[in-house]
Amino acid sequence: MAKPMEKITWQELEAGSVVTEVGNARVYETGSWRSERPVVEASQCIKCGVCWLFCPDACIVRASDGHFEADLTYCKGCGICAKECPVGCITMIAEEG
Amino acid sequence: MDKFSVFSSRLVEKSENFTSGHRACQGCAEALAVRHVMKALGRDTIVAMSTGCMEIISSPLPLTSWRVPWIHNAFENSAAVISGCESGMKAMMRKGKIPAKKINFVAMGGDGATADIGMGALSGALERGHNMVYICYDNEAYMNTGIQRSSSTPYGASTTTSPAGKASIGQRTQKKNMAQIAVAHNIPYVATACSSFPFDLMEKVKRAAETPGAAYVHVLSVCPTGWRIPTQDAIKYGRLAVDSCVFPLYEVIEGKYRLTYKPYKKIPLTEYLKGQGRFRHLTDKEIQLIQQKVDKDYERILRLSEEEE
Repeated sequence: MAKPMEKITWQELEAGSVVTEVGNARVYETGSWRSERPVVEASQCIKCGVCWLFCPDACIVRASDGHFEADLTYCKGCGICAKECPVGCITMIAEEG
Repeated sequence: MDKFSVFSSRLVEKSENFTSGHRACQGCAEALAVRHVMKALGRDTIVAMSTGCMEIISSPLPLTSWRVPWIHNAFENSAAVISGCESGMKAMMRKGKIPAKKINFVAMGGDGATADIGMGALSGALERGHNMVYICYDNEAYMNTGIQRSSSTPYGASTTTSPAGKASIGQRTQKKNMAQIAVAHNIPYVATACSSFPFDLMEKVKRAAETPGAAYVHVLSVCPTGWRIPTQDAIKYGRLAVDSCVFPLYEVIEGKYRLTYKPYKKIPLTEYLKGQGRFRHLTDKEIQLIQQKVDKDYERILRLSEEEE
């Protein structure tokens, strides 16, 4: 994984501004934008994957027991997962602090 | 999506070729559309992308969200750049400099880059018949620079350069129908899709990539910021646009129309317009006029698709 963006200096850039590492935007944690966080009620989750399919940030991951939950490192808190969940097991809760 | 098909999302490609960490606004359905498209295309893909929302959010210099070869170019020439990539790779394969294999050549652009600025380059590439796919992400204005009108903005929408007020209804001209312009080039494959219908979208992109010759896919991408809707409703408004027949989903294979999704019950246009801030100034009379236009356009697509059956 690449260094955080603010640690990269201009001397380290490739000629022609070519980025040689694929998908290194993952070091940028968009989760800090969030004002609401999705909370999954795991017992109600039917493991259908609709939240995963509709997440624009690709931040929904599968937990070890098979249900889906949001990776809060990248979740921007848009609420699409909560809205689209067919059983309504995701609720948006305000972030505090 | 109906309750019976929900589990099919597990059959979708798991790998992400458009990774997290991109800077799209909350609830950006355009980023979602890119994610679906990249799932459908796979790793053997070269992407040329015009300036626009998706370029800005995915490639702030030392970082990139792309896991495929990707090149940024100016607003007007993504179709020209991908034509060059395709011809170059074809020549190198013929000369045996690289192993011959199937590579998807994909140009992407927003509605401004496609319908306004890159129109000439796109028309040229479609006419020359390069083996490529052009994908237009249509969010119906220049959202990246602050919601200025484009020729793809629908009639009546309020944007920062076509503001609604006492003397103006907002956008005064009709939306340019890019899919029909692509059809007029007699290319083998043209389709319209929407990220609220991901299976349909992925299927169409796959078919476009498999088609030898030029293909064009027009993807309606809801923009919560520019359409003035709550972020969680991005998927819902895509669905409403299709169900109210504002944006019919169809494909044109070798000139033959096929309606890929027919709404069970056509919903009235007000359902689609009323929640959007950009349309909130419209009166019932104006909505009636827009409804007539939508009905007429949908009738035409319906007639064309039935003729072929």
